[in-house]
Amino acid sequence: MHMLVCGGTGCHASAGEMLFENLKKEVQENNLQDEVQVIATGCFGFCEKGPIVKVIPDNTFYVQVEPKDAKELIAEHAIKGRVIKRLLYIDPVKKEQIPDSKHMGFYKKQLRIALRNCGMIDPENIDEYLAADGYEAMGKVLLEMKPDAVIQEIIDSGLRGRGGGGFPTGVKWQIASKNHADQKYVVCNADEGDPGAFMDRSILEGDPHCVLEAMVINGFSIGATKGLIYIRAEYPLAIKRLKIAIDQARNYGLLGTDILGSGFDFDVEIRYGAGAFVCGEETALIRSMEGERGEPTFKPPFPAQSGYLGKPTNVNNVETYANIPVIINKGAKWFASIGTEKSKGTKVFALAGKINNVGLIEVPMGITLREVIFEIGGGIQGGKKFKAVQTGGPSGGCLTEKHLDTPIDFDNLLAVGSMMGSGGMIVMDEDDCMVAVAKFYLDFTVEESCGKCSPCRVGNKRLYEQLDLITKGKATEKDLDKLRNLSYVIRDTSLCGLGQTSPNPVLSTLDNFREEYLAHTNEHRCPAGVCKDLIRYEVIAENCVGCTACARNCPVNCISGERKQVHVIDQSLCIKCNACLEKCKFNAIAVI
Amino acid sequence: MTKIKSLADLKKMKSSLQSQVALREKSDNPEGRILVRVGMGTSGIASGAKQVMEFLIDELEKRNVDAIVTQTGDMGYSYAEPTVEVTLPGQEPIVFGDVDQKKADDIIEKYIKNGELLDGIIPQNYETIDKK
Repeated sequence: MHMLVCGGTGCHASAGEMLFENLKKEVQENNLQDEVQVIATGCFGFCEKGPIVKVIPDNTFYVQVEPKDAKELIAEHAIKGRVIKRLLYIDPVKKEQIPDSKHMGFYKKQLRIALRNCGMIDPENIDEYLAADGYEAMGKVLLEMKPDAVIQEIIDSGLRGRGGGGFPTGVKWQIASKNHADQKYVVCNADEGDPGAFMDRSILEGDPHCVLEAMVINGFSIGATKGLIYIRAEYPLAIKRLKIAIDQARNYGLLGTDILGSGFDFDVEIRYGAGAFVCGEETALIRSMEGERGEPTFKPPFPAQSGYLGKPTNVNNVETYANIPVIINKGAKWFASIGTEKSKGTKVFALAGKINNVGLIEVPMGITLREVIFEIGGGIQGGKKFKAVQTGGPSGGCLTEKHLDTPIDFDNLLAVGSMMGSGGMIVMDEDDCMVAVAKFYLDFTVEESCGKCSPCRVGNKRLYEQLDLITKGKATEKDLDKLRNLSYVIRDTSLCGLGQTSPNPVLSTLDNFREEYLAHTNEHRCPAGVCKDLIRYEVIAENCVGCTACARNCPVNCISGERKQVHVIDQSLCIKCNACLEKCKFNAIAVI
Repeated sequence: MTKIKSLADLKKMKSSLQSQVALREKSDNPEGRILVRVGMGTSGIASGAKQVMEFLIDELEKRNVDAIVTQTGDMGYSYAEPTVEVTLPGQEPIVFGDVDQKKADDIIEKYIKNGELLDGIIPQNYETIDKK
C-alpha cells in the first residue's frame, strides 16, 4: 500500500510536512515498512482542501488531514482497512462524501484539449499520432464533408482565435472562403512574442502533426492548397520537429497531391521570422513572409481579401489550430458545451512569476483567477501576499485581488481592463512595484515598436520617459494625468494592435494601484522597495552583531565597521545591489 | 514508406497501431513492456532531460530491464523539469519530477524493479478528453 502525501508548497504551508513525518513514524512503530510506503508528491492542484492524502491502490482521497490524524490513518486504514469517513471530501453540491478520487473528476480543474497529445506521444513519430486518432478528422473532412459544412461546424463550436484578439475562427474562414482567387493561402501564426508565453512552442514541440492536420482542414474549407507556418527562428526545436512532421506526413501521403484519394492537394512550407513582436500582427506577419519589412498595413483590405502576395489568406494561431481536429472528431456541440456563453472551450495559460507551480496549464473558459493561481498554481511563493496578476503580456493589464473571482473569458478580461492575449499569466507578490512593472512592459513595447506610425513610435517612448521620471521620484501628481491622456491618444490613434494596446499596462496599474503611483510622486517613496532611486539600505544598529558578512560581500566596499561593531553604509557610494541584505543573517539590513 | 491512400487505409492503420500500443501499455500480461517517456520540450532539455534520457537508455539496457524509452513533448510541469513518465504493464502511468541521474537511478532500482514509489511524483491533476 502507498500513502501519497501532498508535498506541494500549498500543503506544506498547512502542516503537510509534519503529517508526512508522523505517518512515517507510525509506520515504523507498527512495523509496517514492508507493507506501507509513505510518499511525498508534487501538487495535486487541490490546495484549498490541503493537506491531501491519497491511498493507493484503493484510491481513497482524504482532505484537510492534520498531523494528529496520522495515528488513525495507520491504525484504521492501513491495518484494519477501514476508511476514515470524517476525512473524506464532501461534495459541495450533493453534500455526499466522495470516497475515491476516480469519482471526483471536478478536483481536476484542468481539461486538456489543445494539449491532448502534448507530453503523451512521441512528437517525432507519426505512428503515435495516428494511433491517437491523428489525421482522422482530416480524412472525415476531405472525404465526407463539404467545405461549407466544415466552416459551419467551426462557427457552431464557438471557437475564437487563441492568439489574443478572440475573433470567431469560423467567421474568419467563411470570409476567406467567399473571396475567389486562383490561389489562396492558409497561414499558421507561430510567432509567439509575449514575454513568458510558451504554449505555441510547446504544442509545436509536443504535437506538431495536429497543427498540420488542422491546416489541411482549413485549406480544404476555404479552397487553399498552400499552407505556410510563420515561426520565429528562436524556436529551433519546434522547427526541427515541424520539419520531421512535414516529411513524415508527405511520406504517408497525408500532405501532397490527392490526399487520401480525395482529389484535394495541400502542402505546407515553413517561413522563418527573426523574432519581432509586431510580426505576430497578421498584416505585419504577411509583409515579413513576402520579404518586406515587418510592418503592419491598414485594414481593410483584410488578409482574407488581399493577404500573402495579394491573395486571400487566412491566418490562425497555433493553439487555435490545435483545437480544430478535436472539434471535427467530437462535434461542435460537444466543444460548445465547455466554457462560458461567449467563450467556448479551453485556454492554455503559461503560469509564471511568483507562483509555486510554474508551468503550462489548460483550463475551461470561465474558471476564476483564484482557482488558477491558488489551486492549480499552488499559491504564491514563500507564502507571500498576492498583489497582482498580469494577463495578456505587453497588451494586457494588471488585475488585483478584487478581480480574483472573475470568471476568465475573452469579454470579462476586456471589461476589467486587461485581455486574454496569448495566455501569459505573470503573478506578482507584495515585493513587486507596479510602476516598475508598467515601465518594464513599456520598455519592451518601445523596443518592439516597428516605427511606422508616430503615436506608437513617439508616444510610447514618451510614456516610458514619464514612467522613468516617476520611478526616480522626479514627477508630480499632475504628471499622472498627462500619463493617462497620452495613453488614451496612443490607444486611439495607433495603426495596429501593438500601439492600440501598449498603454494597457499603464492604464490598468493607474486604475488599480493609484496609491502606489502617488507614493512615488508625492512622497518620493517606493512602497515595494524596488525603485532604486527612492530607496536606501541602512544598518539596523540593534540587530547588527558585527559579523562583517555585509562588508565582505559589498561589491563597491561602501560598508565599514570593525569586527563585532555596528557597521555603517556609506550612502554616497551605495549602488543598491541588495547584496548586503541577502547576506545578512541577522535581519540587520533594512530597505527604507 | 507506404502511402495512405484512403480513409479506410488510415483507419486500418490506426487500429493496427493502436493494438500495438495497447499491447505495450495496457495489457495485464506480464510480458508487457515497460514504457518510459521523457519530457523533451525546450524547458525539459534546458534542465537536463537529454542527459537523463541517455542515462535511462544506457542503464536500462545494462541492467537488463526490457523497457521502451521514448521522448515526448512538454508535460506542463515547468517547475519540476526534467519530467519522466513510467508506465508499468497493467498500471496507471506515474510521472516523476526533478529527475536527475541519481533520481533516474532510483526510478530504475526502486520503481521499475520493485514497484516502490519515490518522493516527488506528480499527481495527474488534469482531465483528458476521450478521443471520440
